[in-house]
Amino acid sequence: MSLLSIKNLKVEFPTRHGNFVAAENVDLEIEAGEILGIVGESGAGKSTIGNAIIGLLERPGRMAEGEIKLHGNRIDQLDEEMMRALRGNSIGMIFQDPLTSLNPVETIEAQLVETIMLHLKMDEAQAQKHAVEQLRQVDIPDPEIRIKQYPHQFSGGMRQRVVIALALCADPDFIIADEPTTALDVSVQAQILELMKGLCKKRNAGMILITHDMGVIAETADRVAVMYNGHIVEIGETAQILGAPNHEYTKSLISAVPRPDKRTDRFPLVTYIEAAEETADLVDLSTHWLGRSRDFGTSDSDMLNLKKLHMKFITRHAFFERNRLYLDAVKDVSFSIKSGEVFGLVGESGSGKSTIARMITGIYQPTGGEIHFAGTDLTQLKTANDVAPYRRQMQMVFQDPFSSLNGRMRVKDIVAEPIKFHRLAETNSECDEIVFDLLNVVGLGDKAAIKYPHEFSGGQRQRISIARALATRPRFLVCDEPTSALDVSIQAQILNLLKDLQEELNLTILFISHDLPVIRQMCDRVGVMRHGQLLEISKTEDLFENPSHEYTRELLSLMPRFEFASH
Amino acid sequence: MISFIVKRILQSLLVMLAVALIAFALFQFVGDPINNMVGQDTSLLDREKLRQDLGLNDPIFIQFFRFVGNALRGEFGFSYVHRLPVSQLIGERFSATIELSFVSAVIALVVGVPMGIYTAINRRGLLSRSFMTLSLIGVSLPTFLIGILLILVFGVSFRWLPAFGRGEVVNIGWWSTGFLTASGLKALILPSITLALFQMTLIMRLVRAEMLEVMRADFIKFGRARGLNNRSLYFRHALKNTLIPVITITGLQLGSIIAFAIITESVFQWPGMGLLFIQAIGDADIPIMAAYLVLIALIFVLINLIVDILYVRIDPRLRTSTSGSGGQ
Amino acid sequence: MSSVKLTRMQSLKRNLANIKNGDLWYSFWRSPSAIFAMVIALVSILSAVFAPIISPYNPFDLAQVDLMDASLPPSWMAEGSENYFLGTDDQGRDLFSTILHGARLSLLVGFASVIISLVLGVGLGLISGYVGGRTDVIIMRIADVQLSFPAILIALLVDGIFRVALPKDLHDLLALYVIIVAIAISGWVQYARTVRSSVMAEKVKEYVQAGQVIGLPSFIIILRHILPNVMGPVLVIGTIHLALAIIIEATLSFLGVGLPPTTPSLGTLIRIGNEYLFSGEWWISLFPGIALVVLALSVNLLGDWLRDALNPKLR
Repeated sequence: MSLLSIKNLKVEFPTRHGNFVAAENVDLEIEAGEILGIVGESGAGKSTIGNAIIGLLERPGRMAEGEIKLHGNRIDQLDEEMMRALRGNSIGMIFQDPLTSLNPVETIEAQLVETIMLHLKMDEAQAQKHAVEQLRQVDIPDPEIRIKQYPHQFSGGMRQRVVIALALCADPDFIIADEPTTALDVSVQAQILELMKGLCKKRNAGMILITHDMGVIAETADRVAVMYNGHIVEIGETAQILGAPNHEYTKSLISAVPRPDKRTDRFPLVTYIEAAEETADLVDLSTHWLGRSRDFGTSDSDMLNLKKLHMKFITRHAFFERNRLYLDAVKDVSFSIKSGEVFGLVGESGSGKSTIARMITGIYQPTGGEIHFAGTDLTQLKTANDVAPYRRQMQMVFQDPFSSLNGRMRVKDIVAEPIKFHRLAETNSECDEIVFDLLNVVGLGDKAAIKYPHEFSGGQRQRISIARALATRPRFLVCDEPTSALDVSIQAQILNLLKDLQEELNLTILFISHDLPVIRQMCDRVGVMRHGQLLEISKTEDLFENPSHEYTRELLSLMPRFEFASH
Repeated sequence: MISFIVKRILQSLLVMLAVALIAFALFQFVGDPINNMVGQDTSLLDREKLRQDLGLNDPIFIQFFRFVGNALRGEFGFSYVHRLPVSQLIGERFSATIELSFVSAVIALVVGVPMGIYTAINRRGLLSRSFMTLSLIGVSLPTFLIGILLILVFGVSFRWLPAFGRGEVVNIGWWSTGFLTASGLKALILPSITLALFQMTLIMRLVRAEMLEVMRADFIKFGRARGLNNRSLYFRHALKNTLIPVITITGLQLGSIIAFAIITESVFQWPGMGLLFIQAIGDADIPIMAAYLVLIALIFVLINLIVDILYVRIDPRLRTSTSGSGGQ
Repeated sequence: MSSVKLTRMQSLKRNLANIKNGDLWYSFWRSPSAIFAMVIALVSILSAVFAPIISPYNPFDLAQVDLMDASLPPSWMAEGSENYFLGTDDQGRDLFSTILHGARLSLLVGFASVIISLVLGVGLGLISGYVGGRTDVIIMRIADVQLSFPAILIALLVDGIFRVALPKDLHDLLALYVIIVAIAISGWVQYARTVRSSVMAEKVKEYVQAGQVIGLPSFIIILRHILPNVMGPVLVIGTIHLALAIIIEATLSFLGVGLPPTTPSLGTLIRIGNEYLFSGEWWISLFPGIALVVLALSVNLLGDWLRDALNPKLR
């Protein structure tokens, strides 16, 4: 008898447009001591399964069919009181965001002791001892002292350890972990995964690990279930699924994961999910407006040259200078990018890479240093009129496709705005023509023009964002984590598109990412950043094969790897 | 934390100075104080002498310092209409307003907070919905109309409760209280309910909104997933997080009760500062207007200060700022 | 090129479809209280606007007023007269007509002061939020100080200052404008604070940065990109503020520092009636009171629904 079994589960959400089926025909078995990964893209129904097991489906969702058994007993029909006794006691659940999962106004101890006393028959003194022990088990140093503190006194990774301790303090034998490391940096992620794996084996508990990240699955799970559109399309041993997938969707999904081990030309099978219109042949870029009249003058010199660029943020405002606190987000960074090159910047959150992008594109004013673009020092230009021609030559693609487009404007107006502002078209109808062509170039088609951004998916929005960036006919493009908010298959499509555009328009690109495999696929040269400093610059292949800086080696070792199916 | 409080006190002083400046400007630029003091038949020479005696020919900033100095000692000159020292006029009415406001504040809090919690927890219940509708009517009912209706029902039709005045009062030193006599207590009922009703609905809606916000937080969901029962989720985890922002705004609301007392006092002819103020506006009696303004500002600033200190005491994120982002 | 030429008609149809399928429209027809409130508000506003046409008498025309008819009760009561449906006031004016004209004044003051407040507050909020720094500190300090006093006190004070500054007869003449300005000044802070915090939230969003990268000047970014995105909460505040402004006007007039008895608003009528409360002539203050509450309540109901409908978290 398995620890947990799910048969024919169907979850639906009644809406005013009829029932939305979030999961259907789901069958799963989990044994004690086993980690089952559930992988899929957003909207696939992964989290719904976790919520259905613990009986916390969000309103108005409900289980329409099927049964869930724990230790052979049905739990999906228990009343609220009995279900509550199971939660935390037999089933533990870990959520994504450690910053919001803890009550900010109570100490760690108070929250632990409350949960322990609720489920285990202990008095307060015993519970306190037990609580310290739980913190020790999740490797929090000085647990006796730390337990008296409040959540805000812990770092993100430490908080997730506290969350795990809280979820596991009553020793549940079944654990649901819903994207437990998505909000964490790579280095922290590896430690948390290791910890969860260890606890699972030590306590012989079964675990469902819900994630979108193939790397996490490869590192952690014994078996994998692949979900697509509310259905499990394939389930099997981790090695088999990742190495020799059977289902077309799984193949497509795996082929879209950027390979950390070698550079491939394009991502091959990425059309399964969101069909983009094939369009490159509609517009011949070499003769089109986009390719024409790019009379910047050819020079072999560097496109961009940063000299000792420095950025200081005030983190505490005060009237008196001495009371102010500063953060040096970027410390004297110098590098140059050659014409036609794709230059990568990699680093963890807070390393200063996005700040550099924003200084180059003029969103922030640097506190020191020089930015030479095509031979001109932009920091010396004073008036808006002087800067305008350079603004036109460099554009930016942003990270978050949901906030980077003004939701109150039509796509047509969004893309046309830079053209009109810089007077790049003679007439309105010419401007319209250009907008339609741009939308075709990025694979959206004419019809997209009259819609509003909210009518598009994340990937499509990112295409709109790219179209807007191309609308000034720039020769230099800054891409700031352009795919990190996207599902992996969409990411592959967008990266393919960027590669196509870079080649056809001979763009120079500064590509910023925290994701090493993506960097490897996209960039010619890479700079590694940490704490505002540039640690090393090398050719991409050299960096991955022979990293010179110790931090780079550490980052590379933390990069989740798995054996790829040969495709 | 101490630096935070010192900063707050400095800010409060700045606010008081700004209000004093407004009050001073009232004297200085609005109307001619001499005209308001003397009769028509006073000669120009006498006027000039009076002007000299009062220091009205001194440089403006000296006059301002003199004004602040006098204000610090509670001196605001003579009322143009009553021909009595303003401090005496206000002193006589101060206790009436404070007692009325205090009782109203207690009513508003004791009824408003539990109702807010109840309507947040049982969001879709019939009783909550009717509370919400009633509260909307409460917000739409002007205070003076509530007063008139209460007078009409309890004062005129049934003659159960007095419709105006303060009843018998007992003087304890300079403080006169209505708490110690039966007629004083009876006289307090209608005005305090009138004054409390509007604040009550506001507090209720505020507590409800904040509580609903907190109930959506991840840590409540995580608490549920740990098997915590509703009582603990509502009253331990949600309520504490709800009360922190509520305290600030409630504090401000309670402060405004004293100002709102103007209307209630006017309806019930309650002999408080508000009634004095409204009469002063009608009569353009600037010294009383200025003194009232400064006094109200002082009360507000004090309440604000207390609220800030409370806030720091309750919220651990402010009390122990070892990590996390600094400041607001 | 196979580019689709869009006619204006097509785009118009699409707009209409967007509105019809939109959540605002949907939630409106789903909410009985919103429909009810809208109907009442429309009826009140229309009857107030057309008061000179609808009302049986002109209360400002002294020739139509007969002091002999003073203080008559409503027509259904024993001593009531058929000529005066809701009775008459102390000067013999038809109460129903006076209420219609009073509501007209109340609405006029309400709308005018809300519009002034809104423009002032939204403008200062935009500047404060986008520019930041010292400008922000100064504007927000003023707002903080003002916010620590209730709107009614500010309005009273502004009114008081005008009362002192202007001669008595001139003040009566200008009373309407004085009260509009007083209420407008007392209300701008709400808009400014809300807009400021929305602007601070919006301006770090990437669509604003995209505008900066394009090279758009600040005023275009503020007006074209940020303003439309912060108007939602402003609309809600505006609606609720309208109800509040009507109440404040009534309160000031009731306290005797608002509109004079010669051009009575609802508040003035209640004040007049209040003096006759003890002598049993309850209708003089009760009917204007009911009119006032119905007006304020319907506007408040609309605002309440609007706030919930525009708040995605509450769905």
